Amino acid sequence: MSSQVFLASSIIVVLVIAIPILFLATGKLGPKNKKQKEKNISYESGVTKSIGNSNNPFSVKFYLVALLFVLFDVEIIFMFPWAVDVRELGWFGIVEMFTFMALLLAGLIYVYKAKALTWQ
Amino acid sequence: MIETALIIETVVKAVVVLSVVAAMGAFATFIERKVLAFMQRRLGPMHVGPYGLLQLAADGIKLFTKEDIIPQNTIKPIFIIAPVVAAASAFVAVAAVPYFPEFTVFGYTVHPIISDINVGLLFVMGAASVGMYGPLLAGLSSANKWSLIGGARAVIQLLSFEVVSGLSILGPVMMMGTLSLIDMNDYQIGGVSHWLIWKQPLAFVLFAIAGFAETNRTPFDLIEFEAEVVSGYATEYSGMRWGLFFIGEYANMITISVLVSIIFLGGYNDLWFIPGALAMLLKVSLWIFLFLWVRAAWPHIRPDQLMWFCWKVLMPLSLINVLITGIVLV
Repeated sequence: MSSQVFLASSIIVVLVIAIPILFLATGKLGPKNKKQKEKNISYESGVTKSIGNSNNPFSVKFYLVALLFVLFDVEIIFMFPWAVDVRELGWFGIVEMFTFMALLLAGLIYVYKAKALTWQ
Repeated sequence: MIETALIIETVVKAVVVLSVVAAMGAFATFIERKVLAFMQRRLGPMHVGPYGLLQLAADGIKLFTKEDIIPQNTIKPIFIIAPVVAAASAFVAVAAVPYFPEFTVFGYTVHPIISDINVGLLFVMGAASVGMYGPLLAGLSSANKWSLIGGARAVIQLLSFEVVSGLSILGPVMMMGTLSLIDMNDYQIGGVSHWLIWKQPLAFVLFAIAGFAETNRTPFDLIEFEAEVVSGYATEYSGMRWGLFFIGEYANMITISVLVSIIFLGGYNDLWFIPGALAMLLKVSLWIFLFLWVRAAWPHIRPDQLMWFCWKVLMPLSLINVLITGIVLV
């Protein structure tokens, strides 16, 4: 059973990587890329000379959301095995998991209070 | 000998499923233009072939034979890999999804699922979240301001709504006690009244909203919102590289439609007199039509509204859903 799953998975992984590369290879059918300077500059809404550096700093909120995601997604990963067996575990499982969730909920409320998710 | 037969069967199934999903994705672009046109009292593509049906082929030829442009200052290897990652992850997610009831051809029973993983739901969600790397790598490697902003927006949107979709799907998992999509389908045998949507309406709504956000559909398509970020992470892409992003997006749309149909809408069980396979096809088509309908009818929302909506409305709601489900079940 498990070897079957591994076999199928490896076959599909090879296929899904091969198909996009095959698609990309068809680009060779088209015209050759003439190295024109104007064509290859990056798009800046019609400005013909790119201005400044593209690696601009941007809002730190993006990083905060990413950090929060790590926290809550790990929580969800812990909850999946519990969710499958919730009937067998009964009240013990419910109390344990709800305590865990309450701790994380307190963290979420702190995040709200600290205005980490308030965007100007 | 059994091994050889198995390998051949898997390869055939994989090729069939992948080509069908890619073809459905291509067809969905045509349907999208038609449906949107009719909703705006236009005709949409009409000139190529009868009712514009050959528009698909024309678009395909155009994409496949376009000049391959890599702009200056890009980080070349990452720029090349990004669309492949986006398309490949969308296709991998398809591997663990059952489409039809099993059937027999020439005395040989076929299970219409490429890889019968017993944690299918987790696999699909994991593979779908790998798709996030496509926009991220594209945005960072393009050396373009719009790409950078679009990539950053894409990442926070997908991350935030992954939390919501994960939490909202916990309720159904608790009810059914399994992560296998086949078992989930079998749980709902017995007609419309046995569908999970009646037992988990809140989870259904939350998962549908998260599905809209994860496939970058309106009203959550801030990533490619032209008025703000030109074309988002795909600004510098053209030709087939851009086409791969597009195929990935539509394949994700189909995967989400299939997931919703299996988990909440009774999957491929027989519906009254309609055979299971046809019922499944109808449900998926209905969902894709809903995606297009919402696009025609709803305006965009702002990025700050998106974050507010995700973290302060949907997430507490999905936590409440898990709490209520847990208390009711035990």
